Amino acid sequence: MKRIGIVLEVLVPLALLGLWAVWSAGSETFYYPPLTDILETFGETWLFERVGSDVVPSLLRLGAGYAMAVALALLVGVPLGLSRTARRAASPLVEFLRAIPPPALLPLAIVVVGVGDSMKVLIIAFVCLWPVLLNTIDGIRGIDPTLAETARVYGVRGADRLRRVVLPAAAPQVFAGMRTSLSLAVIMMVISEMVASTNGIGFFVLQSQRSFAIPEMWSGILLLGILGYALNLLFAGVERRVLAWHRGARA
Amino acid sequence: MLRVEDLAKSYGDNPAIAGVSFEVAEREFVCVVGPSGCGKTTLLKCMSGLLAPTSGRVLLHDRPVLRPPEEMALVFQEYSRSLLPWMSVRNNVTLPLRHKKLDKAERSRLVEEAVEAVGLAGQLDRYPWQLSGGMQQRVAIARALAYQPNVLLMDEPFASVDAQTRADLEDLVLQVRERFDVTIVFVTHDIDESVYLSDRIVVLTPSPTTVKEVIPVELPRPRDQVETKELPDFAHLRAHVYRLIKREEERVA
Amino acid sequence: MIAPLLAVAGALALWQLLVGAGLLNEDHVPAMTATLAELAELLGDGGFWSAVGSTLQGWALGLGIAAALAVPLGILIGSSPLVYRSVRFVVEFLRPIPSVALVPLAVLIYGVGLESKVFLAAFASFWPLFVQTLYGVRDVDPVATDTARSFGLGRFERLWRIKLPSAVPYIATGLRISSAVALILAVTAELVIGSAGLGRSINVARQSGAIELMYALIITTGLLGWALNVLTSQAERRVLHWHPSQRQVAA
Repeated sequence: MKRIGIVLEVLVPLALLGLWAVWSAGSETFYYPPLTDILETFGETWLFERVGSDVVPSLLRLGAGYAMAVALALLVGVPLGLSRTARRAASPLVEFLRAIPPPALLPLAIVVVGVGDSMKVLIIAFVCLWPVLLNTIDGIRGIDPTLAETARVYGVRGADRLRRVVLPAAAPQVFAGMRTSLSLAVIMMVISEMVASTNGIGFFVLQSQRSFAIPEMWSGILLLGILGYALNLLFAGVERRVLAWHRGARA
Repeated sequence: MLRVEDLAKSYGDNPAIAGVSFEVAEREFVCVVGPSGCGKTTLLKCMSGLLAPTSGRVLLHDRPVLRPPEEMALVFQEYSRSLLPWMSVRNNVTLPLRHKKLDKAERSRLVEEAVEAVGLAGQLDRYPWQLSGGMQQRVAIARALAYQPNVLLMDEPFASVDAQTRADLEDLVLQVRERFDVTIVFVTHDIDESVYLSDRIVVLTPSPTTVKEVIPVELPRPRDQVETKELPDFAHLRAHVYRLIKREEERVA
Repeated sequence: MIAPLLAVAGALALWQLLVGAGLLNEDHVPAMTATLAELAELLGDGGFWSAVGSTLQGWALGLGIAAALAVPLGILIGSSPLVYRSVRFVVEFLRPIPSVALVPLAVLIYGVGLESKVFLAAFASFWPLFVQTLYGVRDVDPVATDTARSFGLGRFERLWRIKLPSAVPYIATGLRISSAVALILAVTAELVIGSAGLGRSINVARQSGAIELMYALIITTGLLGWALNVLTSQAERRVLHWHPSQRQVAA
């Protein structure tokens, strides 16, 4: 039974890929060029022609925005998590700000910051802030009461308590928020590049569509898919390392 | 050394504990027993300074206990929620010592001695979830011991452990008391355990809780799981406590 | 109750103060009072409500289609370990593709109207709901299914009486997430492609320099997002109340 599972897991995707190749091979439709064409264009465009001009700027913006968001979320989230009054006061504001659909904020960002890199980084940061912030707050609030009492009994206070008890306890939740923010970061990177940019992967995909360079457009979409997948994989790897104790404890 | 004076705790209109008074002398082993729901854990939390009583007070060395004092350590029932899963055994036991003014060598010595005393010498670098329930509770006890308390409070520490492990842990507590010279207040619902371990037993009534009776246990030490339990005095004491509790439960029902 | 109100009032006052004192450039951030006045005026404007309606229409259709596909597929695939394993890799690869990457494709195929918007919203909101349904069906307590089996319940009955009720909380969570995603994509389509709706109105306001209007519309979008969040969260909580994850752990 297990054997069949493994075989299927490998064969089915390959079969689907093959089907796509075959079905699109004889394709006359403008919108769905043959898979082989797409792959060829992919190689020409992204390996490694446009890496410097588009991939690198995109990734840099993504990285900067994401890092800012996480740092700010921890900075603000920890005190909010620890203080009930602060939390209750901030709650409606936070709930409202995070409910604004991120694309609606793009025009605002353009008005205030312009159309440069800083706008993109800032909007990525703003959008990615909320999931991490809220999860940090939840993580800190949700600390096991027995753990909190243990810390009190044994005189574990202040910085030591924060560093060795509170933050590790909240870590699984914080990572969950970081994972959500990662997807949001990619989305905002793409949208901001489609709306107000002169370079980047998102810009490239839209431009290709507008100039009817269809295989190029598909190659860009493919790259974005690979990027999303790779980032997820990377994140999962880091999470597994940092939270090794958590998986062990829950087993 | 440790005095509970007219301690009362209510939650809103509900008088969980009505008025409990008793004393614990230095190096005594006192067990607190009572029917379910009589607020044993609440009592212990008030004694440890985790909870503020509604009235009455707790005195340690004649000083009121307002927050968890340095001279007291508490071993919780749910060891898996009390040990930090992201820290090794060594680090778990070391954590409470970090705020005490000790140099590294002294700290290590205390930790290693405590861990060795509970029989886990080779397990210092393992993680709590890699250990069995009984072993985890030993780690919790080691942590309490390394803290060098005068008084060790234990809240039904062996309730979540199987019977055989419980017998081993009971003997461990007795050994550890000898070796480290601590005063122990031990809450349990297990009558046999309370007679086996203690010098005196405080029997509580159901809620609103008061002290029903304080019974001296004059069985010879060192105690033995087989020999002590074969003594006629053991059976008498056990029966006495059992009847007390049963009567109280029936009275309330 | 007071603390949150004070915080909101405080934030609004701060906004007005910063603009009035010239610390925030009035070209970038309009006065709070002017913005709120604009918002009040909008409430009587037919065009405004039509835009709100368009956005909601895109959201509802997208989410509806996604749900109609995701839940049955999720149940079907989740119920069969073999099928799940075959499909798993494909799902894991398609899932991280940022749906916004498909915006140019949508334009190509569906043009700039409602269909594009619905296509994007549906594609994006399909995945969270699908994955949650999968998890829900697969996460059934094996003790429950074994008990059912020992009572002679057939495959379909087990599905209907055990697996589905267990999966419902997950589906409810998926619905909450998918609802937010559908709204984001609807607004994205309006912003980037120009389909009718709040996103487009915001962009138009920016382009014509009507900054107060732009801000007022963004606030509206935020309120809309918040309202939908509240609705779906309530529904989720209602459905989840018996689930162990929701039970208050006795301290």
